[in-house]
Amino acid sequence: MQKELLVTADAQTLAFEVDCHLFQGSCGFPAPSAWSFIFDPIFSIGPVDFNKPMLLAIIGTIVIVSLFWAGFSKPKVVPGKLQSIAEILYDFVHRGIAKEIIGKKGEPFVPLLVSLFFFIWVMNLWAIIPLAQFPVTSLIAYPVGLALLVWVVYMSVTFRNNGFVGGIRNLCVPSGLPKPIYVILTPIEFVSNIFVRPFTLAVRLFANMFAGHILILVFTIATWYMLGTVLGTVYATASFAVTLALTVFEMFIQALQAYVFTVLTATYLSQALEEAH
Amino acid sequence: MSETLAAVTGNIGTIGYGLAAIGPGVGIGIIFGNGVQAIARQPEAAGIIRQNMLLGFAVIEALALIGFVAPFIYPK
Repeated sequence: MQKELLVTADAQTLAFEVDCHLFQGSCGFPAPSAWSFIFDPIFSIGPVDFNKPMLLAIIGTIVIVSLFWAGFSKPKVVPGKLQSIAEILYDFVHRGIAKEIIGKKGEPFVPLLVSLFFFIWVMNLWAIIPLAQFPVTSLIAYPVGLALLVWVVYMSVTFRNNGFVGGIRNLCVPSGLPKPIYVILTPIEFVSNIFVRPFTLAVRLFANMFAGHILILVFTIATWYMLGTVLGTVYATASFAVTLALTVFEMFIQALQAYVFTVLTATYLSQALEEAH
Repeated sequence: MSETLAAVTGNIGTIGYGLAAIGPGVGIGIIFGNGVQAIARQPEAAGIIRQNMLLGFAVIEALALIGFVAPFIYPK
């Protein structure tokens, strides 16, 4: 395809080693782009390449599983330190999302929502953890996988709860509107519920993390790029301050995106669980 | 028409993102403006208002972000 895409994110680390500074020489600002998200494989098994995001995803999963395992494997009436932390985290999703949005019927879905929330949150958090510094969810495959999972659950709950005809009604025909409106509304609802919802769910998470990573990269690279001369160092300090501020902002966005993904999943499920009128 | 009145050099995707950000910008302004107003009128409902505010924010923001990613997907 394009020549630029042959450069990978690992080569970007090398760009820091090449002395390329503002006011010195003629090399331009090495702006981050799509290639910042491509990694050289650490090792390959047959046709499967194992790279940094996969490693981060596996470490993140192990961290979450071991935290909840350690917290809940031997539950006590008076919780210890680890159990209290795990309970607070679990309770946040249980009370704040499942109970508030779905209600009592949401109990069977709490494990799914808890897993979704913490998986996405940790995958996002990798963006600002030193040495990792790459949000796994900024690769579209991860959000798409999660959205497909949600879509399968959403569809199966809809049809199991309402039957086939009732399920179609639930998806396409919102109740309580004047009859002529259904001519327009039914196709819109059909497309929106079946195609647009999983698409936006995946793209929202992906694009947020993608944009956030690029923003941080621009200012981090700029800090290095502008160092050197006196005036350049002043600029670089400002750029570094922006990097710090953006890191804090990203922390907020990461938690918000995990929350939004889970809340939207809960909203879809609550719609699927609605009784037909 | 052979005469060019105006020409743009560089990546036109940046202009595309500028255009794509107008609508969501207005939308996010409305949602947070009304959300803050609602919380000011009824502080005891702040929790549920904030939740719906963030939900609406995320739904609107998706449009702006699709606009941001599109130039990367269709370069040139």
